[in-house]
Amino acid sequence: MPTDFTLNGKPASFDGDPETPLLWVLRDHLGLTGTKYGCGIAQCGACTVHLEGKNRRSCVTPVGMVAGKKVTTIEGVEGAEAKAVQKAWVAIDVPQCGFCQSGQVMSAIGLLKAKKKPSDTDIDNAMAGNLCRCATYVRIRQAIHDAAAMVEG
Amino acid sequence: MNAITPTRRGLLKSTGLVLGVALPAAGRAARALPDAPFAPNAFVRVSPDNLVTIIIKHVEMGQGPATGLATIVADEMDADWSQVRVEFSPANDALYKNLYFGTMGTGGSSAIANSWEQMRGAGASARAMLAEAGAKRWGVAVGEVKVARGVVSHGDNKASFGELAGEAALLKPPEKPVLKTPDQFTLIGRDTPKIDSVAKSTGAAQFTMDVRRPGMVYSAILHPPLFGGKVGKVDVSAAMAVNGVLGVKPIPQGVAVYARDTWAAMQGRAALRVEWDLSKAEKRSTEELYAQFAEKTEEPGVQVEASGDAKAAFKGAAGKLEAVYCFPYLAHAPMETLDAVIEMQGDEVHVWMGSQFQVGEMGAIAAVLGVKPDKVVLHEQYAGGSFGRRVSPGMEFGVEAASVFKAWGGKVPVKHVWTRENDLMGGFYRPLVVHTVRGGLDGNGEIISWDHVVAAQSAFKGTPMEFMGIQKGIDGSITEGAAESSYRFPNHYVGQHIMEGGVPTLWWRSVGNTHTAYAMETFLDQMLERGKKDPVEGRLALMHDERMKAVLRKAAEIAKWGSKPPEGRARGVAAHFSFGTYVAQVAEVSKGPDGLPKVHKIWCAVDCGVAVNPNIIRAQMEGGIGYGLGHALYGEIVLGEGGIVQQSNFDTYRSLRIGEMPEVEVAIIESGAHPRGVGEPGLPPVAPAVANAWRNLTGKVVRRLPFSVGGRV
Ligand code: FES
Ligand code: FES
Repeated sequence: MPTDFTLNGKPASFDGDPETPLLWVLRDHLGLTGTKYGCGIAQCGACTVHLEGKNRRSCVTPVGMVAGKKVTTIEGVEGAEAKAVQKAWVAIDVPQCGFCQSGQVMSAIGLLKAKKKPSDTDIDNAMAGNLCRCATYVRIRQAIHDAAAMVEG
Repeated sequence: MNAITPTRRGLLKSTGLVLGVALPAAGRAARALPDAPFAPNAFVRVSPDNLVTIIIKHVEMGQGPATGLATIVADEMDADWSQVRVEFSPANDALYKNLYFGTMGTGGSSAIANSWEQMRGAGASARAMLAEAGAKRWGVAVGEVKVARGVVSHGDNKASFGELAGEAALLKPPEKPVLKTPDQFTLIGRDTPKIDSVAKSTGAAQFTMDVRRPGMVYSAILHPPLFGGKVGKVDVSAAMAVNGVLGVKPIPQGVAVYARDTWAAMQGRAALRVEWDLSKAEKRSTEELYAQFAEKTEEPGVQVEASGDAKAAFKGAAGKLEAVYCFPYLAHAPMETLDAVIEMQGDEVHVWMGSQFQVGEMGAIAAVLGVKPDKVVLHEQYAGGSFGRRVSPGMEFGVEAASVFKAWGGKVPVKHVWTRENDLMGGFYRPLVVHTVRGGLDGNGEIISWDHVVAAQSAFKGTPMEFMGIQKGIDGSITEGAAESSYRFPNHYVGQHIMEGGVPTLWWRSVGNTHTAYAMETFLDQMLERGKKDPVEGRLALMHDERMKAVLRKAAEIAKWGSKPPEGRARGVAAHFSFGTYVAQVAEVSKGPDGLPKVHKIWCAVDCGVAVNPNIIRAQMEGGIGYGLGHALYGEIVLGEGGIVQQSNFDTYRSLRIGEMPEVEVAIIESGAHPRGVGEPGLPPVAPAVANAWRNLTGKVVRRLPFSVGGRV
């Protein structure tokens, strides 16, 4: 039986093993490659998507688990927080190689949705699961603060 | 998503001005070809729709060359930054070689350094032709024509670059394009926005892993559990039973699993049952290697540098210090694991990858597939990090990907992606290294002898690059930074031992400087303390290069060296020259709850010559610091009993996380000197600066890295 869910606001379906991690369904079957593979064991955050609006590591999320639910990826993320985060990211040139950044951006948006004005400690906690091998962390922190200020207006 | 136009075939059809550059090596000016398809002897293309496309000959792995090289061209050209696009060049040495290497390649922090004049010439040549086209159109003298922000003008006459492209294309490039004087720069020296930030913040940037080809199959590979192991009997039954697995093929590198998607390939890989032939494999553990290497450093080894008589001076010294330093194997662990997509199109092999040595790697792929090198077409992709990992002297990854493709018949497109486990357990590490250092002081606390011996495997030994990397028995990369250091000692010896080992090793961000800077700067710090000297003043007195001194003074100034750090914190300093660039850093640390340094701030001063893009320079200092610090604190690949690698993923290969990243303040020294690299030089000083601060705070001397092993208090 295919797994049906909502992906970036539109109906999506996967006809295959429901144990397949959402990450590979998105990337290999649905053609959404913005979500990245970095470890496959929930250690790096490169695969972060939003499940019902909350941060979720898609590499350890069997697609069967998202049946009937709303999944948002970097390609479809919307709203004031998303706009602010991406604007802040570009404004100070956060990305280096860029490979972790979809996950960073998704996690940052998830954080701002949950907490309007995160402190440094909030950022440390919320972003601890997102590795950046290029160590763009100084700028990630800055951009999150900038984005929070933008959302506040 | 207009920040970048990645390489696309469709774009190659655009017509207009194609500008070549007189390449010094080729010794000829390229021709302008109006209405012709893209001719790959060019760095600049102006299309009638007023886009300026700049061809980038280096791979973009995050260090910013795409932006930097485009900036240089656009500035000389007087293009408007908003009309600039970049495209990665094809694999072609005649046109796109690294002028330092003689072949295409990105490494040694050389992207801007080797291209500076070349890119300036490319831009200046384009500008001159566009100006001439305007002058011709309006019947005025070319000297009266102005060019600014993508517009050519004379009085009321104005034309965009795009409007003049067709006419400019008919002109001959100037023999000797006139370059700007630095005061005329409009983009160089400014924080020109990075060309790929939008694409990389929105998920739109395409990496090799994102490439999808019609009918493509996905492959995963299982490597032998020990280095030097070979495939024996393979039981494929469990792997073949995995839903989506299409087949299994043993190849020389391991066992490849082919599947309908990545997940099935990975599942199949996990289900393989293989009997390995480990008779010739490396079985020594890290501990055994340390012991053997350390013993070796008691012998002088091959002399790399010597002045006076270090041994005699040490014997007679009033004060003595001896130390053995142990540095572990380190994996590069770029965020995007190694990957490639290969497809046959007619008699051409098409390859998608973020290749770091484009021509060499395509040549290696051609050899595996038995085609002529000119039949391999590279579609260079953004690389999700490298730190040195995306090329090895034997082009092993390209060879493996081609072998995987070939074993599946060579007809169907194959995407070959490494798992993180392949990456961390796959070797090509920063070598395991042991240093033994002996220093002597006279009665006044002056350093009179420095005797330094390093034992390490060579990344070049036994590879096709051995003739380049090892000369007169010396692999310069083993002792770089200890030899030809920033300091002068009256009696000085530097020697090296090239050790044999079965673990493949490789250059790793800043190469030998990853360990030599640590040994030099921590040992020196202790020597200066024994000689009752201030760490900054003491270093300045031993330095012989004014630029190095200026950088150290600058770092001390912005860190307010000499002022009292906040309660519970201490500072340490280190300075190091590498890849033509001078860097000094001051670290401020306190004791973290885990008994490891909590690094609060790094002050960093850098002189890399002309600062093409200060924002990228700051970013690279931040990145080098974070990468260096993470590995110094937590990073090690350990060979356990029997030689098995103990780390397999980021749960065991601990990476720096955001809460461990210090604040970083960067001061860039203003300079008119030839620009040099910034991708690597920010790394070497950070670990010793932290170690020196840690010793000042706790008294703990750290001589075995990482700190999590040798530095906890
Ligand atoms: S790939 Fe999912 S956390 Fe790393
Ligand atoms: S930007 Fe390269 S891993 Fe984060």
